[in-house]
Amino acid sequence: MAAINRDDVAHLARLAHIEMSAEELDRMAGELAVIVESVKSVSEAAGDDVPATSHPIPLTNVFREDVVGHTFTAEQSLSGAPDGYEGRFKVPAILDED
Amino acid sequence: MTENNELIRLSAAVLAEKLAAREVTAVEVVQAHLDRIAAVDGKVHAFLHVNAEEALAVAAEVDAIRAAGGAAAEELHVLAGVPIAVKDLIVTIGQPTTAGSKILEGWHSPYDATVVERLRAAKMPILGKTNLDEFAMGSSTEHSAYGPTRNPWDLDRIPGGSGGGSAAAVAAFEAPLALGTDTGGSIRQPGAVTGTVGVKPTYGGVSRYGAIAMASSLDQIGPVSRTVLDSALLHQVIGGHDPRDSTSLPDPLEDLVAAARTGNVEGMKIGIIKELHGEGYQAGVENRFNESLDLLRSAGAEIIEVSCPNFKYALGAYYLIMPSEASSNLAKFDGVRYGLRVLPEEGPLTIERVMGATRAAGFGDEVKRRIILGTYALSAGYYDAYYGSAQKVRTLIQRDFEAAFAQADVLISPTAPTTAFKLGEKLNDPLAMYLNDVATIPANMAGVPGLSLPGGLADEDGLPVGIQLLAPARQDARLYRVGAVLESLLEAQWGGPLLEKAPSLTSASLTDTLASHGGSH
Repeated sequence: MAAINRDDVAHLARLAHIEMSAEELDRMAGELAVIVESVKSVSEAAGDDVPATSHPIPLTNVFREDVVGHTFTAEQSLSGAPDGYEGRFKVPAILDED
Repeated sequence: MTENNELIRLSAAVLAEKLAAREVTAVEVVQAHLDRIAAVDGKVHAFLHVNAEEALAVAAEVDAIRAAGGAAAEELHVLAGVPIAVKDLIVTIGQPTTAGSKILEGWHSPYDATVVERLRAAKMPILGKTNLDEFAMGSSTEHSAYGPTRNPWDLDRIPGGSGGGSAAAVAAFEAPLALGTDTGGSIRQPGAVTGTVGVKPTYGGVSRYGAIAMASSLDQIGPVSRTVLDSALLHQVIGGHDPRDSTSLPDPLEDLVAAARTGNVEGMKIGIIKELHGEGYQAGVENRFNESLDLLRSAGAEIIEVSCPNFKYALGAYYLIMPSEASSNLAKFDGVRYGLRVLPEEGPLTIERVMGATRAAGFGDEVKRRIILGTYALSAGYYDAYYGSAQKVRTLIQRDFEAAFAQADVLISPTAPTTAFKLGEKLNDPLAMYLNDVATIPANMAGVPGLSLPGGLADEDGLPVGIQLLAPARQDARLYRVGAVLESLLEAQWGGPLLEKAPSLTSASLTDTLASHGGSH
């Protein structure tokens, strides 16, 4: 497995939508390299014959009656939002002007 | 009239009896705890929000119902009027929920978590919201954006984490009960280092609707208390099926309170997990652990050794699965729907850049580390090697548990490898911090229930040691059955509860305080 470097961290931070300063990228790259190194053994623990477990106690076909349940009013939904307009979330521009 | 100072030291079970017998009022009980919070929380910092007005109103309502008598009084829940603190990861109407993060500072949920609805239905006054590592990510409560909680046994030490606030509140007699959440040990490890009891129920045994998710395949809400019976009483309130949580088990809840009241280990097989003690465990922890084994043996249990060879991969697999799920769960904090929005200092105000600035300012270091680690583990090219392999390790851990439970009824280990360490000691060493959960993580990986109870004080530092019991999935009752026996054997040795040995936290001695609080409030 490849080691994690500063460029990787910068790329991952972009993917995760977290702005990072140069100093933060340096520090994070060092810390994550140590953590990734320490979890390496996991990839060698199980052979191909071992199935993956995604949930410890899986349930199947968890359904409910197809009726309208509890819903929030627009006001309730917007109560914690930083910005709203006429009962809707107000989102910053999706596209850059240029 | 009972002195307030005495009221705060009573267990929830005894408070419930006194309330039912009308020896005390719920308002007196709640006020006594609010007074205690006012007196000691400046030092302990277990609470992020105190909910005095509502708690007193609920208590007054319980008192009025009891005073009026009749059917309504008969129907009151056994814990009606017994106050409780709620970890600030669990949403509540009428109080802020921050998850210990700046990104949710001042946010109010428009709905109650199912467990909170159940507390309200039982008319348990909610004293407030307790501190935690940001989004429950940590083992010391030092990663809270609102400052650390301190261990009531030694204010220079950590109270464990992530639920250090709930454990410290209970240990400092600020609340008889609290709710916690446990993803890798966040209920049990704080219980161990504060000399309190904490239970992680079977995965799906308690609804998580309204618990802000960290790692959905691992998270579990559970009780925090000073006695095994109190945890059983609270577990019984919050447990059972909830259609709003699709992972909630449909099974009817067992009678956990009866299990705690009729504890018995005679003829029971209790398995020591070979991989979860010895090397890497503090000598005082090991000594107290061995003493507990002797006591259980003397009570008629057969102690055997079991091996869980794949547990050595559990910590590594956990630190791949948990961040992966967390990075996905925390994507919803986008600066649009809840809480904080931070605008970039320069350049165009696009959603991309607003999100980047908001998450940079709103999340602390540990949260950022885990989001980046999770994003890495899930990225194309690494998914199979990391996330996929970790999921296979989960299968191996489940198989280890299956084999162990084929030989033993319950398993036993120290809850944490060390006693409480000093604040700041491991803050800059993420790996050292992660190791605190080495003994608690396997239960989350397999979904089995676990309980931590105080096992005494370590010789070298006089700080609490935790003993962990583990049972097969859906067999939570066994934890209470064994836990209650071990607790009573240990307390007989100590001549009372372990917390009686903890410092009083008020400058005046206990007798002085009693004298100055002549009457009741």
